[in-house]
Amino acid sequence: MEILYLLVPLAAVLAMVIAAGFLWAIATGQFDDLEGPAHQILMDDDRVDPDQDGS
Amino acid sequence: MGSAATAGLTTSECFQCGHPVPPDTSYAVEIDGRLRPVCCQGCATVARATTAAGRQAVYPTSSSRGPEALHELKVFDRPDVQRSFVHHSDERTSEVSLLLEGVTCAGCVSLIEHHLARLPGVDKVEVNYSTRRARIRWDALQTRLSEILTAVRGLGYDAHPYDQRSRQESLERERKQLLRRLGVAGVFGMQVMTLAVALYAGAWSGIESEFKDFFQRMSLLLTAPVLFYSAQPFFRAAWAAASKRTIVMDAPISLGIALAFGASVWATFSGHGHVYYDSVVMFVFFLLGARYLELSARRRVAGATDIVAYAAPQTAIRLNPDDPARTGAAIAAIELRVGDLVLIRPGDVVPADGDVVEGRSTVNESILTGETLPQLRQVGDHVLEASVNSESPLIVRVTGTGSDTVRSEIQRLLDRAEVEKPRIAQLADQIAGWFLGAVLILAAGTALVWWYYDPERWLPTTVALLVVACPCALSLATPTAIASSVSMLLGKGALMTRGHVLETLNRVTHFVFDKTGTLTTGHLRLVEARPLDSNRSVEDCLALAASLERHSEHPVARAIVEAAGDRPLPAATRITNRPGAGLTGVIEGELIVIGTPNHLQACTGLEFAEGMELDDMTSVVLANEKEPICVFRFADEPREDAADVLQYLRAQSRSLVLLTGDRQTASRRLASQLGIEDVHAGLTPQQKLQHIRALQAKGAVVAMIGDGINDAPVLGGAQVSIAVAGATALAAISADTVLLNPNLRTIAVMVETARRTLNVIRQSMVWAAGYNLIAIPAAALGYVPPWLAALGMSASSLIVVANAYRLRRSPAAAGA
Repeated sequence: MEILYLLVPLAAVLAMVIAAGFLWAIATGQFDDLEGPAHQILMDDDRVDPDQDGS
Repeated sequence: MGSAATAGLTTSECFQCGHPVPPDTSYAVEIDGRLRPVCCQGCATVARATTAAGRQAVYPTSSSRGPEALHELKVFDRPDVQRSFVHHSDERTSEVSLLLEGVTCAGCVSLIEHHLARLPGVDKVEVNYSTRRARIRWDALQTRLSEILTAVRGLGYDAHPYDQRSRQESLERERKQLLRRLGVAGVFGMQVMTLAVALYAGAWSGIESEFKDFFQRMSLLLTAPVLFYSAQPFFRAAWAAASKRTIVMDAPISLGIALAFGASVWATFSGHGHVYYDSVVMFVFFLLGARYLELSARRRVAGATDIVAYAAPQTAIRLNPDDPARTGAAIAAIELRVGDLVLIRPGDVVPADGDVVEGRSTVNESILTGETLPQLRQVGDHVLEASVNSESPLIVRVTGTGSDTVRSEIQRLLDRAEVEKPRIAQLADQIAGWFLGAVLILAAGTALVWWYYDPERWLPTTVALLVVACPCALSLATPTAIASSVSMLLGKGALMTRGHVLETLNRVTHFVFDKTGTLTTGHLRLVEARPLDSNRSVEDCLALAASLERHSEHPVARAIVEAAGDRPLPAATRITNRPGAGLTGVIEGELIVIGTPNHLQACTGLEFAEGMELDDMTSVVLANEKEPICVFRFADEPREDAADVLQYLRAQSRSLVLLTGDRQTASRRLASQLGIEDVHAGLTPQQKLQHIRALQAKGAVVAMIGDGINDAPVLGGAQVSIAVAGATALAAISADTVLLNPNLRTIAVMVETARRTLNVIRQSMVWAAGYNLIAIPAAALGYVPPWLAALGMSASSLIVVANAYRLRRSPAAAGA
């Protein structure tokens, strides 16, 4: 069971990575608006590709 | 010079979007009693929807649209104005946060996002549905901020630059901070729990000591961030309170956590004894979770009161005091100083408190007072910041700016609501203080007893006791319930400025209503047109009247024009409009006058009173040079939901009273229409107050529903006061509650919600108290291991919060 001496610290490192990812998500505002995306998928998006000349 | 607005039927601009109306179309939408042309079916639909939602206040009056509006917004392009809310990361990238007004649904947000994204140079438009904030990133060289703001206005909404230092922003920071702590506690906690499973399994069926040590040390490592980072708020709060010699809830929590962790560290390094890392982590995580939910509830409430702050005007036209030609420049309103002279055009928002030095006009103060009928202002009168000038230009000398204005005072009073706690919460706090003291003593006692009888178990028992005895559920019950209810009611347009409203509403025995503007809409309707000469017909008189009144914005004018309908009107020339008095003009060669008797006398020398008060604005007389022709009388329509609301209140066995300063006949008529038996008319505000006091002397609990500053002392005298106001209105100083939408049904919803809130609070408290009562003895006697204590306490808190969250849905019983 010596493998545990590798796996458990690895899991701890993974936890730190996840925590870092979570903190990044908060910093970039992923959790700011939890209602909006639910509505947005229902909106028609007629937006023209910005490379083309739309009007 | 008449009002800046002209008859809608002759312009060729679409009222909704501003584009020219194609010549062969005839789309029109009725808004506020006037037919407005629109260019297409799309604009017609949006305009109808806007009006149906009661949002027509977002349509600026004619003089503030078009090139003039753009000019006024140009102030926002100035670097010194932009400094406080625009962030320039480099020359081609700028970012601004805007607070959107008039957004009522996801469709509005989508519309704004798409429309703005099409502007050249706009890189990113993000609108937050929850907080109605828009974040825009754009290239300032391609598009100016004023153009962006104009684009939003063109859609029928309004956008206000957003100051980062506002309270909403600080709540946002607090929320993010809490979320970070919660996240860290969750992630590391999961690891610790995994290891704890291994340790428990090992305790059950055997584990090699080297692995036990290894797991314990790893748990220590993983718990450390949770303790030192996530749990910080508890320790800080407990320490802060302790230095002030008070005990708060955070005290036993901190003590419990510290004790558990300390004991675990000892056990890890000494090799024997249990570790409690899992309890620590679980405890911290669930507690933070409950607090986060509570903060979320509070955050929604704070956002709305900030919107009210942005009723403030952004720009002003400052005049050069030495220049007799009265020229001036547009500046940011924040630059105004006391003593400055400003020009306020018709349709403009008054930029600061001040005294009128030139001009005569009517202003709409419904934003501050809820009074929907315009108020006359002439030389020497005082005008308030954020009121809207209706009819004629005014020149005003500034007497108060910034935080010295009435509007600022109102904002401060709104902020006080956050601080005041309802009585039941204050009671809970007091009890909690004693309770915690008792708990700490009990914990010390338990520790000693167990140390004596079975030293192995003194620690887990004490920790369990501290954790279990924590009245977290008790102190979460009330704030979360109230925050949920307040937030839900805010969505319905009821802004509560004091903490006790919901609680007191339950005990109200008498609902006292004001008449004008409260039970009635404040919109006048023509009820009688009486020709004084048998040769004239009503139609003739109406036609003459309407051809003059077409040029005024006054409610009387609107009522006449509405009554005249579509019929062709004779042309009127040489029109003069005296605000607050009447109009004159020449029709088919004859001088025609319409207005109050005073106005009539001033213009023609004719005297005519016949039962009318001299300055009464609800009857006007039409006359030519020689004789009076016709008398018009107007009445105020009752609000359509008034009858339903009163019915609901009667069904709840509450007494209804009508107190009004208006005349007997009109009041009694309205009262019988709506089913109110107790009517008192012709009262002064003092008399109204006396009446309320008399009721209270007999033990009644009175709720007063009125319209703001006019009834200030009366509203202050009632135990609960509700001010009814228009679309983006703020009431004045003395009301506990402001109805932001003129929807009386909200009162019924409030009463129902108050009842449900009290029920939920009681349920939660019974549960929390019961749980504590059972769990404390159990823990003291050693039946509760720490992990169970943590679990039980967390579950208890979460149950209470979940119960409070039920209040977020609107009650069905009140027909909401």
